Amino acid sequence: MANCGAGKLENLQSLVGEALKAVEQAGDTKGLDQVRVDFLGKKGRITAQLKNLGSLSAEERPQAGAKINEAKQEVETAIRAKKNALETLALAEKLKAESIDVTLPGRGQRTGGLHPVTRTMERIESFFSNAGYQVAHGPEVEDDFHNFEALNIPSHHPARAMHDTFYFNASTLLRTHTSPVQIRTMETQEPPIRIVCPGRVYRCDSDVTHTPMFHQVEGLLVDKGVSFADLKGTVEQFLRVFFEKELAVRFRPSYFPFTEPSAEVDMECVMCSGKGCRVCSHTGWLEVMGCGMVHPKVFEASGVDAEQYSGFAFGMGVERLAMLRYSVNDLRLFFENDLNFLEQFN
Amino acid sequence: MKFSESWLREWVNPTLSTEELVAQVTMAGLEVDAVEPVAGLFTGIVVGEVTKREQHPDADKLSLCEVSDGTETFQVVCGAPNVREGIKVPFAKVGAILPTPEGKDFKIKKAKLRGVESCGMLCSAAELHLSDDHDGILELPLNAPVGADVRDYLKLDDQIIDVDLTPNRADCLSLKGLAREVGVLNNLDVQEPVIESVPPSIDDQYSVELLAPSACPKFVSRIVKGVDVTAETPLWMVEKLRRSGIRSIDPIVDVTNFVMLEQGQPMHAYDLSKLSGGIQARMASPAEKLTLLDGQTLSLTEETLVIADKEKALGIAGVMGGEHSGVSAETQDILLEVAYFDPIAIAGKARNYGLHTDASHRFERGVDHAGQKNVIERATKLILEICGGQAGPVAEAIDESAMPQLKAVELRASKLQQALALELPKSDVTNMLTRLGLQVTETDHGWSTIAPSYRFDISIEPDLIEEVARIHGYNNIPVTTPNMDLGLTLKEEVKTPLQMIKQYFVDVGYQEAITYSFVDPKIQKLIDPEVNGLELANPISADMGVMRSTLWVGLLKAAEYNLNRQQESVRLFESGLSFVPTDQGLVQEPMIAGLVCGTRCSKGWSNDTQKVDFYDIKGDLENMLSFNGVSEFTFEVGSHPALHPGQTAAVMKGGKQIGLVGGLHPQVQAQLGIKQPVFLFELKLNDVREGVLPKFAPLSKFPAVGRDLAFVVSEEVSWTQVANIIREQAGSNLKNVTLFDVYRGQGIENGRKSLALGLTWQDPSRTLNDEEISSWIDAVINALQESLGAQLRG
Repeated sequence: MANCGAGKLENLQSLVGEALKAVEQAGDTKGLDQVRVDFLGKKGRITAQLKNLGSLSAEERPQAGAKINEAKQEVETAIRAKKNALETLALAEKLKAESIDVTLPGRGQRTGGLHPVTRTMERIESFFSNAGYQVAHGPEVEDDFHNFEALNIPSHHPARAMHDTFYFNASTLLRTHTSPVQIRTMETQEPPIRIVCPGRVYRCDSDVTHTPMFHQVEGLLVDKGVSFADLKGTVEQFLRVFFEKELAVRFRPSYFPFTEPSAEVDMECVMCSGKGCRVCSHTGWLEVMGCGMVHPKVFEASGVDAEQYSGFAFGMGVERLAMLRYSVNDLRLFFENDLNFLEQFN
Repeated sequence: MKFSESWLREWVNPTLSTEELVAQVTMAGLEVDAVEPVAGLFTGIVVGEVTKREQHPDADKLSLCEVSDGTETFQVVCGAPNVREGIKVPFAKVGAILPTPEGKDFKIKKAKLRGVESCGMLCSAAELHLSDDHDGILELPLNAPVGADVRDYLKLDDQIIDVDLTPNRADCLSLKGLAREVGVLNNLDVQEPVIESVPPSIDDQYSVELLAPSACPKFVSRIVKGVDVTAETPLWMVEKLRRSGIRSIDPIVDVTNFVMLEQGQPMHAYDLSKLSGGIQARMASPAEKLTLLDGQTLSLTEETLVIADKEKALGIAGVMGGEHSGVSAETQDILLEVAYFDPIAIAGKARNYGLHTDASHRFERGVDHAGQKNVIERATKLILEICGGQAGPVAEAIDESAMPQLKAVELRASKLQQALALELPKSDVTNMLTRLGLQVTETDHGWSTIAPSYRFDISIEPDLIEEVARIHGYNNIPVTTPNMDLGLTLKEEVKTPLQMIKQYFVDVGYQEAITYSFVDPKIQKLIDPEVNGLELANPISADMGVMRSTLWVGLLKAAEYNLNRQQESVRLFESGLSFVPTDQGLVQEPMIAGLVCGTRCSKGWSNDTQKVDFYDIKGDLENMLSFNGVSEFTFEVGSHPALHPGQTAAVMKGGKQIGLVGGLHPQVQAQLGIKQPVFLFELKLNDVREGVLPKFAPLSKFPAVGRDLAFVVSEEVSWTQVANIIREQAGSNLKNVTLFDVYRGQGIENGRKSLALGLTWQDPSRTLNDEEISSWIDAVINALQESLGAQLRG
């Protein structure tokens, strides 16, 4: 009987050897599953060994049973390991097959962009909004009163020559600045007033440095005790924030009928940092804004008490600031709407 | 105003370099536009005397000259036609250097010209960069010292300073005014030329009547008889005029121009023999004719002040004299005019006639109303010196009541301090204002001042504040920021910000355009034929003659521009005003408009080359319109002359049309030369921006029930019709209707289409049962059958 038993165990060892070889050779999970069925399935060859236990003696049986279970486990472990290996391989192959050129551009509609003038104007508006200014708008076809008379520019005034005006008839015109919005605001609103007025303005002038339509942002602050020093501080801060640079800024006496005192604002040339270049005509300075303290006649025309209140106003050309900020060298590009130009600001 | 630096320094000579001087006046409000040398930077040129001239043996057009530099005589070959014996000329000796216009140095060397040796060159004015005159060599006065350096002799180490004066500073339109300003800035006294009165040597006077005294309250005149108009204007005066940009004409005109530059007072000289019966300063009669000095004949308006004699207008007062009465080569006796004209009477007149003169420029800004007698004395003296003659007495016609009155202007110390955030010592302010020529009295509260007669820009307190700020220096004023209440400002939540709408279009692929508000009337008419666009009276060009009534005009032009430049796909939007004249007046409405054409997706490797259609642009709009909780927008069949009649929807809100979306009409498209379909929208921004505040509705815990149905309807039946009937019939618990398929083709009759819809019901408080759902579905089926002839598909 012992021989018989030993022979059976030898048989078990070779079975395991066979099974491990089969596992080793299985090329895919299907083949591997077949190996499992062949050796460990209900009718599998190792499983069959358990059925033979009955023919063993009671003493031999536990030992033999344990050996068979050991053999089973050994084969199962091998199968599991092989399965993992096969799966990893299959996944790697699948991933490889699914690989794409991720550098190809994505699909769909590209985004557009804002016009550089809008971009500049929104930037200016946002600075002043943060400082508590409201954004005010007004009509572009204006009357003579709001565009000129109320701003202390009577019909005979030489300053009218500085505003080449587009007319519809004797009293209706295209606004030459956004100042009429200031008048309209003061007419309807009690001080304190803090507004910025962005928008299109029109002058009958067209050459390399002028387009008949352009954009301005003007600001107005009216309250008790507002001083020229406040104006200087506001303008200086704005320019430094807008250009993100500690620029030198200077104020030059000038003349506007609607402000007194009036000033032109020069800032250090942003192209050459004040060293002098073609853009600043080798002066190191760029004229960027006009400003001043609101003229009492303007207050009078818009119903504000000039004894009680004082205020300052400033105005800037948006295209000029955009040109300086983004190094645009031709004003006329702004209104050609060439996509090759516009897309540069996306 | 252009002037020579050396002339200014004759009056006031601060110890400043040219650059420092220019910076100083610029920072005082007299902005310097340009500084340029008065002549080329040549060296080695002396006054030469042509002692002998003969014909060049081998060249008809060349002369062989002997030129003396005072110590030696040189042989010089010269091509100028005016070279002759005895004249004095600029002589560039061998070794002299002349800069060329390109900035290179040209050195004079010994040379052989047609076989004859030439030692140097005789120079023209152009070669010395004194003028553009190339016609011949420059002839120097006969008393020019031979051998003297021409730079020294003509005082050419000098700059022309061009100062761009603001309209309020007419007082600086003269050497006198500029010198005064520079004197104040440097705290220096000004050395004015002494003006002595010229005693009359004859009694002749001319009668002057002031018939429009408010426009011309003062007219000072003087007769000078026996003048020699052929006399030569002295070189110093010619050079001063030239350096101020004025050409020498004849000595009388030169003197009047010189005095204007020096004193700031324009004046005029008449040929006395051409006048008849006395001067009148009067308004022109309607359509009165006048031929001006420049030869043009004008028809005058009644608002024009003229200087006339008894018969006719002699000139437009303060603007330009007439041709007939001016000084000519035959003139022997003259009448000088030095008048004061009210700026308001002169302002704009020159411009109305398309004129702009040195005189009108000064008179409309204001000329010193106290200086006329002085000026006429100055001019008389100079004329007598140059042309000889006999002067009559100075005659002054004046209407005192119409003369400007000097009035006191108060400056309160408290206001000054508040305005400039600066406390200045009282005496400093007094000193500044006094130096500016004001009469200043210190008062308890500040200062009481009277502005001088040449300052037309000082009439209220802020004018004085500006003067103090200017002289103190704007850049010496403190820098502060305004102190204000930190009050919060209203921001309406239901108003969608324009920026957000713009950003949305950017996100879905539109590029923002900004197009001109005035457009080509032809295209405006083509796009919007039913509107009579608002026309500009003075357009800059014919194709910018009318205000756009729709933003489409500019957008289509921009699209065309880009399509013509190889862009295959264009998506643009713009926001701005449209201008529509109506019976109630002009409507300036803020609009948002857009345009798409070309491919649906950006061109790429993945072959998404489908072209955009109506539903692309509509989808973009629907998403934008759903901002801010608004769902009440609807699309109805619409029409517009520029749009495709079968592809146009009116966008409705609350029963009101707020815009349009559609395909561009193929005929319009063809007329614009666009080769592919274009889709457009335009909406009223104010309506688009008006949203609603979200209001919470309780969430239902009970399940929603969905049913799908399909109907076959005629092609003419619109989706909106179907959806409206469903919403009416499907009960109040209907939550949603979606259209998930539109099918035409096999199985469906021609001219009909199948619509597949999904309906969803839900009740907040209970589960809906099958009977209810079935009854609603039956109601829907019946209503659709009855109203629209819809057949339920099995």
